Amino acid sequence: MTSAPPARRVLAQTSFETRAILRNGEQLLVTLVLPVLLLVGLVQTSLVELDTAGASRVDFVTPGVLALACLSTAFTSQAIATAFDRRNGVLRLLATTPLGRGGLLAGKVLGVLAVEIVQVVVIGAAALALGWRPDLAGVPAAIGAGLLGTAAFTALALLLAGTLRAEGVLAVANLVLVLLVVGGGLLVPPDQLPGALAHLAAFLPSGALGEALRGALLGTGVPALSVVVLLGWTAALGWGATRLFRWH
Amino acid sequence: MRGLVKRYGGRAVVDGLDLEARAGAVTAVLGPNGAGKTTTVECCEGLRTPDAGAVRVLGLDPVTDARTLRPRVGVMLQDGGLPTGARAGEMLRHVAAMYAAPRDLGALSERLGLDSFARTTVRRLSGGQRQRLALAAAVVGRPEVVFLDEPSAGMDPQSRLAVWDLVRELRDDGVAVVLTTHLMDEAEDLADHVHVVDHGRVIASGTVRELLAVDEGARERTVRFDAAPGLDRAALSAALGGDGGDGWAITEREPGSYVASGPADPRAVARLAAWLADADVLASRITVGRRTLEDVFLDLTGRHLR
Repeated sequence: MTSAPPARRVLAQTSFETRAILRNGEQLLVTLVLPVLLLVGLVQTSLVELDTAGASRVDFVTPGVLALACLSTAFTSQAIATAFDRRNGVLRLLATTPLGRGGLLAGKVLGVLAVEIVQVVVIGAAALALGWRPDLAGVPAAIGAGLLGTAAFTALALLLAGTLRAEGVLAVANLVLVLLVVGGGLLVPPDQLPGALAHLAAFLPSGALGEALRGALLGTGVPALSVVVLLGWTAALGWGATRLFRWH
Repeated sequence: MRGLVKRYGGRAVVDGLDLEARAGAVTAVLGPNGAGKTTTVECCEGLRTPDAGAVRVLGLDPVTDARTLRPRVGVMLQDGGLPTGARAGEMLRHVAAMYAAPRDLGALSERLGLDSFARTTVRRLSGGQRQRLALAAAVVGRPEVVFLDEPSAGMDPQSRLAVWDLVRELRDDGVAVVLTTHLMDEAEDLADHVHVVDHGRVIASGTVRELLAVDEGARERTVRFDAAPGLDRAALSAALGGDGGDGWAITEREPGSYVASGPADPRAVARLAAWLADADVLASRITVGRRTLEDVFLDLTGRHLR
């Protein structure tokens, strides 16, 4: 007959979303196991040539892996989860409870941030064990860049999940993840990518987030271009998601 | 609800639909698949915005007053709306957390037999188990209005009785229950008022008794029989009426399949058998039963409900 207070509803949804992601084996593989494997692989072997510009390999690679973690949770995992919830009517059912559409969205975003905190702790601990020495003065800037990247990727996730069939989202979300990991400027900086990608990747949200995190945590400063690119993508994708998202 | 219209891609799925549901009553929206039942209740739930017409739930607009209505309205969607990865008990607790004073979960779970699968993920539940969980989620917030979209779909008989029982209890507690169904027995057994819907319009409404034209004391029944096609129905009608000349309506629904509606007493059945014997026609089946909502629908549209 009466609703629970708004904060309690959103918190309940946040915890529900977070548990759903952390319980799902496939999601866990993409959000935690894959980034940690890449971190260890890139630091301990020289299979991928990287020009670290004088920084240690672990200092250079870790910010990129954190950017990848952000992409996997805010985009891939969220797109797939939302697409299947949409198909199964979960979005509609929760929209009829006191939670409403706004509360559902807030819960989803906070759920993404909660999973990202778990990722930072796990990846950060693994990196520290491998000898990572981040520039602590750059941590606030890194957090800001991470939030901006999360906003852009979540908007992209909702745009896909709200317009395509669930099976289509599953395919596209995984494909985009692989493409951006390989050539999106996440782990390998845009200017070290071959051919036209060197110019293109800096303007992708992945390249911008990778550059911003490397700049912040290596102590070389966040490039202004990265911030502009992330803001631009967030605005464009957010506008698209608001306009095109279908609940049915 | 007055003159509701909802179009998808230019095609009107709901086309000028009027209906009313009262507190303390079960209102059934009965119709075949594709009649516009789900769209109609989705407009009441605020999930769809009507293209024309007025919808009021508890005197409020389901779209603009959604915030006020949500805590007072319970919804069971046709596709369940249950996240497949969550455990049944977890899902119910989660929905309950949205309300200030939800029902007692233990009592509700026991009532609907949810305890045996509380720790099972939704993905592994049977159709009937999912429906019972979805119903629990619809009523856990002590709603004043409940919308149930095809509540018995995919249910085993035992689950169905548990659900019907709870629906009657809600009604007795003063809740307005609106359910859609294409099962005429569900509408007949459960509903106080039935709106028969076809092609997005209400084609008949009233209590079950009114719809079946069952007067107190009258013995209006149907006699169905299968025999050779093309029998002389006018002659049979006259013969069945006997000396009293009671009116009998006889239709041949499919070649060789007849329905005779009238005061079917033992004498009338005997007259039918005698008439068939005179015509040298052997009936392969003769059954006597009262009219059903299925018959009403067939009379109105010439089609079966399913």
